Amino acid sequence: MNPPKGAARQHTDTRTSAPVRLEGRDKVTGTARYAAEYAPDGRVYAWPIPATIARGKIVAIDCGQALAEPGAIAVLTHENAPRLGETGDRTLAVLQTPGIAHRGQYVALAVAETLEAARATAAAVRVEYAPERHQVLPRPDHPDSHVLEEADDEAPEGWQRGDVEGAYAAAEIRIDAVYRIPALHNHPMEPHAATALWADGQLVVHDSSQGAGWVRQTLSELFGMDRDRITVVSEHVGGGFGSKGTTRPHAVLAAMAARHVGRPVTLALPRNQLAAVVGYRAATEQRLRIGAAADGRISALAHEVVSYHSTIGDFVEQAAKPARSMYASPHSRTSHRVGPLDVPPPSWMRAPGECSGMFALESAMDELAVACGIDPIELRIRNEPDRDPASGLPFSSRHLVECLREGARRFGWTPGPRRPGSRTEGGLLIGTGVAASTYSADVEPSEAEAHADASGNIRILLNATDIGTGARTILAQIAAEALDVPLDRVRIEIGSSDLPYAPIAGGSTGAASWGWAVHKAATALAAQLADRNIPLSEAGLRMAVNTEADVAARSAEYARRSFGAQFAEVQVDRDTGETRLRRLLGVFAAGRILNARTARSQFVGAMTMGASMALLEHSTMDPAFGDHPERDLASYHVAVSADVPDIQAYWIEEEDPHLNPLGVKGIGEIGIVGTAAAVANAVYDATGVRVRTLPVRVESLLPNLGAR
Amino acid sequence: MKAFRYERPTEPGAAVAAHGGAPDARYLGGGTNLVDLMKLGVESPGLLVDVSGLPHGSIESTTGGGLRIGAAVRNSDLAADPRVLARYPVLSQALLAGASGQLRNAATVGGNLLQRTRCLYFQDVGKPCNKRDPGSGCPARDGVHRDLAILGASPHCVATHPSDMAVALAALGADVLVHGRHGPRTVPVTELHRLPGDHPERDTVLEPGDLITHIELGPVPEAARSVYRKARDRASFSFALASVAAALDAHDGTVRRVRLAFGAVAAKPWRAWTAEERLRGAPATAESFAQAVDAELAAAEPLRDNGFKIPLVRNLAIRALTDLASRRDAAGDRDPEASR
Repeated sequence: MNPPKGAARQHTDTRTSAPVRLEGRDKVTGTARYAAEYAPDGRVYAWPIPATIARGKIVAIDCGQALAEPGAIAVLTHENAPRLGETGDRTLAVLQTPGIAHRGQYVALAVAETLEAARATAAAVRVEYAPERHQVLPRPDHPDSHVLEEADDEAPEGWQRGDVEGAYAAAEIRIDAVYRIPALHNHPMEPHAATALWADGQLVVHDSSQGAGWVRQTLSELFGMDRDRITVVSEHVGGGFGSKGTTRPHAVLAAMAARHVGRPVTLALPRNQLAAVVGYRAATEQRLRIGAAADGRISALAHEVVSYHSTIGDFVEQAAKPARSMYASPHSRTSHRVGPLDVPPPSWMRAPGECSGMFALESAMDELAVACGIDPIELRIRNEPDRDPASGLPFSSRHLVECLREGARRFGWTPGPRRPGSRTEGGLLIGTGVAASTYSADVEPSEAEAHADASGNIRILLNATDIGTGARTILAQIAAEALDVPLDRVRIEIGSSDLPYAPIAGGSTGAASWGWAVHKAATALAAQLADRNIPLSEAGLRMAVNTEADVAARSAEYARRSFGAQFAEVQVDRDTGETRLRRLLGVFAAGRILNARTARSQFVGAMTMGASMALLEHSTMDPAFGDHPERDLASYHVAVSADVPDIQAYWIEEEDPHLNPLGVKGIGEIGIVGTAAAVANAVYDATGVRVRTLPVRVESLLPNLGAR
Repeated sequence: MKAFRYERPTEPGAAVAAHGGAPDARYLGGGTNLVDLMKLGVESPGLLVDVSGLPHGSIESTTGGGLRIGAAVRNSDLAADPRVLARYPVLSQALLAGASGQLRNAATVGGNLLQRTRCLYFQDVGKPCNKRDPGSGCPARDGVHRDLAILGASPHCVATHPSDMAVALAALGADVLVHGRHGPRTVPVTELHRLPGDHPERDTVLEPGDLITHIELGPVPEAARSVYRKARDRASFSFALASVAAALDAHDGTVRRVRLAFGAVAAKPWRAWTAEERLRGAPATAESFAQAVDAELAAAEPLRDNGFKIPLVRNLAIRALTDLASRRDAAGDRDPEASR
């Protein structure tokens, strides 16, 4: 790699005494085992066969030639695959019917002695289809299109406060703009994989998942088995970004195949199939209308989203939701108009809702600052609410203004109205931009056990998942602190459904949810140990806890969210329209930070992903075929090191007594929220061109930079 | 599983004989494209003739003052060669603008020239593609084609050639030395790649079994003042949206010699003959560069989503030539032979 000069600049202070990842050495030396690397005796391999039509039916499947391939063991199809029970997730009803709901949906699974043989067997399967006309582009006028109704949105027309239309019409300053985000794919480094094994009526699945307990639950429903006959292990997971949050088809297929052939089966999805079967961030078209007084004070705010869901899933990117809580506005409205399409099912991708919605809202805020001729930070301060506008409740803590001010200081923000195009270096246009970040600070009930043995060693057990975040490490820290023992006395056992129940690694809830349970178990164990005046017996001591009642007892009188501010500096080449990020700086207020090293990694990683979204990431829906053709990392561009030369993440020491005993809010997602807007706002500052469609690419800028 | 034979000859004649022009035989160089295509099912050769053992791994000075570059020379080695850096900087820059360090360490010069288009439809065996499956159709024309051709395409194919190196070689007027079944011959690099026409399945004029053994660069005095400019989405490790290789010899404000080639605009590296012709003897000014480039691009027929390539290649070319015209640094003004 040849990053540009200065690319190695790194101003963030990485000196910290925070513990390193407990499993770091195992990972870098290759001894940490991932799902596809478990090799039970007699293990065979599977290779899935995706549909090549977007809608219709399978008329016939000819497996004759496939089964004659050397090493072929079986081909599972809807005609011979085990029948599955119902779950709420129709993407998991694999190989049950001849119907095709989207291109790339699995129609068969080849099983063979080796990976190569499985692949060759799959290639020899002949599938005959009866295609039907497919609809893969959103059509707001489609008869099936409707405004989403949520449990917390009674009104069928969306969520509303006050008289938005009236207030908007009466406003002195009006912003009305449409922002577009393409479909985006999670693409974790480790593709989805599972190794499944049936023995003595028990099913064991090693799965690359964000929650082994969730997977066990769905497998029990699908296979009609008691949960205690199923073990799901997700010990090491190479990233997920939401795409491994729910059970995915590969785990079901591996379990089906293992039962069908009577041998352990490994199924590792090839990268170029992921785009269709493990979810993605749906494309959104977002209209923002903001009415304000000349001083920038907002009187009306409407955020209306057009998106879609699949015909076999109802997941909707709820991009307008954060607009309800961000700024004080007496009149406010959000809506999501969606309809079913014959597309691969969208699902969770890092900060679902917030990430998409805050690009539009924070871009519109920048437009408002320009229209009012005031500093964009000052604009946000003027619209800072004194309580949560969505619920009317006070925030348990909200330090957005402090993040903006601290970020401005560290970044060297020039206050005042934007003066686009005023900074140049040779043929480069330089600009800076700011945007706010927010994410919910939720918590889920969890169980945990803490054990002490006679030698003073501690074991902590719960089915948490470390998808690369450092979860294992912070849980050990929490236990060590509560028990007042050195960290190396604590052994953490996570990533198995046989362990005490814990929620998935998702929604930035892990640290709060698992941490609370570990804290409770360790604190109780410490109390027990303190009460003893005789040495422990061989069996030691054990404390098992559940935080269900504690979580339920949390006051309902607070709105709990994290906030942050992001600052970007970009350069735009006047001749080519190429935008390069020069600096990105984030300051976050996300409760107590448990480990400065792993926390910084979470923030920096998410900000990198946000910068990547701003400038690079893009999946096209190809209407002729009904798929996203950018299906590998050569065509789906994610940021490389040279694209993110200088990323700095800081946080404000925030003490919030209304969260949980640890005072943590969770930090896995907030770093991606607002990044794209900060970058696009910086592009505006550099060029005077407002790019409302992501990613910001050459073709958006070049026609507007002035002919040479 | 599809088995294939593998041979690793040590003499070019043996390699050509082993290949024999068989339709399912392929030469294997660094493997950075062929192996990918085998994984995708686009290529499924019955015979791989590994040419990395042939004596084509060195770069030699020719008596005429040029360089003879073995086809098996690694991209990174060619980019770092002091003679290339001094006499043909455009070539070194083009190589370093391509791929990643790891790929450049593996990829060979011959293989780089013969890499296939990265058109998404070509790479997806589940979809039609006239280049891969003649007569099946071209979905790119109405589909995803942002990266594809604006010049020299046909109704049957709008693919681009992805190489950066080839653009520099086209500007430099390199020759490709070919060992065929009927002996050796020379093909100018600008005539190596074909425009798609009615036969997009044929990327080059090479016959089955033809083996590229060397690239020969003649003395190109103006190349001492040359530059490669590449625009791309990502700062590293991505193909060009458009690129320009340029060399210029201007004296007293007048163009004496000029070489110009465009990349990522056609199925071949696009030598801008029309622009060069216009520029010879013309003023070395931005205005005259613009007129010449406009004349070259007059034939452009952009697709729905790639019209941006016209102003992009235009701006890149004008800037490259303007920078070269105004360059006062030593290399361009000295006799490159004397500077060694």
